[in-house]
Amino acid sequence: MTEPSPGPPAAGPESRQATESSETEGTRTTESSETEGTRTTGSSGVGKAPVTWVKSERQLRRERSRRIRAVRSGTIATVSTIVFLGVVAAVVTRSPGWPRVRETFFSAEAFARSWPDVVDGFWTNVKIFLIAEPLILIVGLLVALTRNLRAPVFFPLRALAVAYTDVFRGVPTLLVILLVGFGVPALNLQGTPKDEITLGVIALTLAYGAYVAEVFRAGIDSVHPSQWAAARSLGLSHGRTMRYVVLPQAWRRVVPPLLNDFVSLQKDTALVSTIGVIESLRQAQIYAASKFNYTPYLVSALLFVALTIPMARFTDYLAARSQRRRGQ
Amino acid sequence: MSLLRIEGLWKAYHDHAVLRGIDLEVAAHEVVCLIGASGSGKSTLLRCVNLLETVDDGTIHLDGEEITDVRADPDDVRRRMGIVFQAFNLFPHMTVLDNITLAPRKVHRVGRAEAEERARELLGRFGLADKAGAYPDRLSGGQQQRVAIIRAMATRPRLMLLDEVTSALDPELVAEVLGVIRELKESGMTMILTTHEMGFCREIADTVCFLDDGVLLERGTPEQIFTDPREPRTREFLKSVLDARRV
Repeated sequence: MTEPSPGPPAAGPESRQATESSETEGTRTTESSETEGTRTTGSSGVGKAPVTWVKSERQLRRERSRRIRAVRSGTIATVSTIVFLGVVAAVVTRSPGWPRVRETFFSAEAFARSWPDVVDGFWTNVKIFLIAEPLILIVGLLVALTRNLRAPVFFPLRALAVAYTDVFRGVPTLLVILLVGFGVPALNLQGTPKDEITLGVIALTLAYGAYVAEVFRAGIDSVHPSQWAAARSLGLSHGRTMRYVVLPQAWRRVVPPLLNDFVSLQKDTALVSTIGVIESLRQAQIYAASKFNYTPYLVSALLFVALTIPMARFTDYLAARSQRRRGQ
Repeated sequence: MSLLRIEGLWKAYHDHAVLRGIDLEVAAHEVVCLIGASGSGKSTLLRCVNLLETVDDGTIHLDGEEITDVRADPDDVRRRMGIVFQAFNLFPHMTVLDNITLAPRKVHRVGRAEAEERARELLGRFGLADKAGAYPDRLSGGQQQRVAIIRAMATRPRLMLLDEVTSALDPELVAEVLGVIRELKESGMTMILTTHEMGFCREIADTVCFLDDGVLLERGTPEQIFTDPREPRTREFLKSVLDARRV
């Protein structure tokens, strides 16, 4: 920005113009603002740029109508939201089963009593995804890089990587958890983990590693071939080009989709309850089964939402930021 | 002995032959300018010399060594020459300084301090001293292209290939890039460049080659090519370029 930016309209035109020159500019201030506006816009095309920017009557009118329109939009949005929520509430509370539902799902007493146990279980969910996330990143990156290896020696590895992504993207996550959770300990091999949380982490890593590998691969492929050409022409090998030029650019682009997968992983940690891990969903189930009240499920759901919503907003923020950067 | 010797070079994409038996010799310190219509194979020829394309027939020798030999290490070959592209192709995630020092540090194993010192010296020489810490998207096209040229020079190549380096620039930015090339010539750099700037070509080239549909149709001094071309196609091409300039 080298051109002089227009001064704030608050800097009164009369005072400045008075100091500029008294005879010509002085008379101009007595003219109507309409001609004042056309003077500024008209004279900016040729000759000297105007010293101060006086908003024309047209611009002021334009801004006024924009403000009115903004207020109107806000009002409409608020009213329609209230009406919508009112209709939903009315339909739900007027349904014949509502008193029963309120009692079994929205019991304040059950909520308070199950809260400590469900929260306790929820820490297990948090622990599982905190361990699984870095593992998934490593597996995904390694698989994506393996698929990019060109040398013939690596053919078996490359084939294995393709087979891995094909299989684990195809099998439902729940099935992977069941197969790993019950299959691996049944092998009775020395050194195989027996602990359910470990098995759950392994299963989630296998399932999500395949997705994340594809995200990484898409990111790597999205870096323009001219970047490869530029790096290779400088004498950088395939590996160095990948490491210093392609991966850093790919990484920036895949962060939003990666976080999206992690939001999904956070809630899928509940699936490990099927192999006997006492986490938040399991705790809620235990409570529900003994007291015939389903409010703990709501507690568990709220806890998951409390975790995933900030993550989702953060993802949106990062995506918007990278969008802005590309738009520059 | 010539620095670069191209013999019987063929390159085809699928069934379309882009280069059809090119023979070209470039002596040390010589500046060769390739001219010709779009699609005549100028850029492909440069990409073949840099081994960014595999040739389909013929040979290329650099310093008497055949670089098109299947056993030749392309990375090693590329280390000995620099190429600059029309679209600059700077690394957007690195500062100007890192763009320039990446290859010296990672390929030529020069220490960071030494690589940066040379980079700063080159930046200073080409009027970009204050841009060392900037990212490419903060630079004008002309500045980006000058950085790209410096990046290619940072590894002290034997040969520079410049592929339409001013074609993506606004007219008022062309001059600054041409100034850099002029200075390269003065320093004795061997160069092959493709360009649409006929005036510049005439000024800087020792040899002008006219490519037409993958064939090196005519070769001569700038004086001869621009004032008295032998081939009718050359005459036609130059006339069309000059006519376009007049409009």
